[in-house]
Amino acid sequence: MTDGLVVTSPVPSSRLKDGYSRTMPVVVVTAVIIAVWYLATIFLNTPFQKDIYLRGNNTSWTTSQLISDTMSQKRPVLPAPHQVIAEIYKTTVLKKITSKRSLIYHSWVTLSSTLVGFLIGSVLGILLAVGIVHSRTLDKSLMPWIISSQTIPILAVAPMIIVVLNAIGIQGLLPKAFISTYLSFFPITVGMVKGLRSPRVLHLDLMHTYSATRWQVFWKLRWPSSLPYLFASMKIAIAIAMVGAIVGELPTGAVAGLGARLLAGSYYGQTIQIWSALVMAAFLAGSLVALVGIANNYVNKRMGVTS
Amino acid sequence: MGDNITNVIEAKDLSLTFKTNDGPVHALSDINLDVGEGEFVSFIGPSGCGKTTLLRVIADLETPTAGDIMVDGLSAREARLARAYGYVFQAAALYPWRTIARNVELPLEVMGLDKAERQARIKKNLELVDLAGFEGKFPWQLSGGMQQRASIARALAVDPDILLMDEPFGALDEIVRDHLNEQLLKLWNKTKKTVVFVTHSIPEAVFLSTRIVVMSPRPGRIHDIIDSDLPRDRTLDIRETPEFLELSHRVREGLREGHSYD
Repeated sequence: MTDGLVVTSPVPSSRLKDGYSRTMPVVVVTAVIIAVWYLATIFLNTPFQKDIYLRGNNTSWTTSQLISDTMSQKRPVLPAPHQVIAEIYKTTVLKKITSKRSLIYHSWVTLSSTLVGFLIGSVLGILLAVGIVHSRTLDKSLMPWIISSQTIPILAVAPMIIVVLNAIGIQGLLPKAFISTYLSFFPITVGMVKGLRSPRVLHLDLMHTYSATRWQVFWKLRWPSSLPYLFASMKIAIAIAMVGAIVGELPTGAVAGLGARLLAGSYYGQTIQIWSALVMAAFLAGSLVALVGIANNYVNKRMGVTS
Repeated sequence: MGDNITNVIEAKDLSLTFKTNDGPVHALSDINLDVGEGEFVSFIGPSGCGKTTLLRVIADLETPTAGDIMVDGLSAREARLARAYGYVFQAAALYPWRTIARNVELPLEVMGLDKAERQARIKKNLELVDLAGFEGKFPWQLSGGMQQRASIARALAVDPDILLMDEPFGALDEIVRDHLNEQLLKLWNKTKKTVVFVTHSIPEAVFLSTRIVVMSPRPGRIHDIIDSDLPRDRTLDIRETPEFLELSHRVREGLREGHSYD
């Protein structure tokens, strides 16, 4: 049989060039952000710095002195990037992990409830989607509730969840995780409903000609078809699960976690601490999304997806 | 059923009307057709003549609104449940996340066959369509013709009595199509299956069939049934013979009579 050639994937012309074109935009954007940040630091901290000079009867300050002073305030309106990095270094590398002042400790607290909440949210989201796809009644009755659940500001619901769960004796990680779940199940459900309904009629007809059971249609067709949608949803869900965990830490009296660091920082005007917690949260969320991306690539490779 | 024992498919006064917003559409009207065991029957006609719908009724993918349909001595539904037929669609409809071997394995998994049996059937049927060596390839790595061959192997893997084919080569270019037509005839001779084949190509229908069912639209109905006396063992050369041209002429005439070009 020679009616067709086997198609092979095109070899990239140069791996080096490929890597360069991938990292270059990221580097440029990061540089721009840092530059803008420094400019904003100078601009935002100048009034307070001038105030200090005025009160100290210091009239002989120079512009370069002003600029350097705006970047070394103890409680700046906006800390400079290097101040934030120094704070992160101080609270991660120089502190013991067991210390209450260790950012790694607080990150782990937030991360653990993020992950637990995300896992429960994913399972719940998938189960809801499966129910909705297979039952018209569930589709009609559940979907409005699922959508309206997300119209309520989480900041309003979070303290309630904490208080109610506390009343029935659930404390610690789980209440925060539930807030992550509350936020993260939604994109999963919406994505998976679409994903499980994505098989083409032709592919469904094929299963029908085999007299396949609903269960077989699910595992052999609907589930694999839905995986691209699942990974796209999980990327959103894991990031907002972290938001949920941080929000969940605010009403718990700022005991531990990145949310607690944010709250404590704002109580005492520790802006550097706030920003270091923010940067850490952004870094963690970014890493989590990247992890989902890696899992996605692995599954894609196994399923023969190209590019 | 007694003396009809050799009839694999029997349609009696079959009608199918779709209800649409623009009123009822008579997709099939008073279809009467018997297909004997081992026959190769083609449905030919213009779009909207109901040829695909009729095939789908046989496959229990559509339910007729009137009349009776018997497949393999059973109702269409029972025949589907008994996996009496293999269906080949217009597109190969391979699952993109499965390799060629795993695609052929799909119906075998659904049937619940054990692994050894599945592997044996994959091997046998991929060899039958000349795709041995492509087990580990994903569908996108194969040409359109090879994909359709894989889908035929998948249909045959079930080992059905009947092969239902809905314009399986319609999307392929003519050179590939000629080649696959020849392959299909060999396959039919080798496996002794009953084949029902939908096409809108006259040469394809005449070349492949023992019987050609000419259909016409609005309402979808059988206009004529033409028996072919061409030998079972045919090569593409037969298309130059007067007998072949005569049959083609009759099919063309039938299509012209049944179709009003307004």
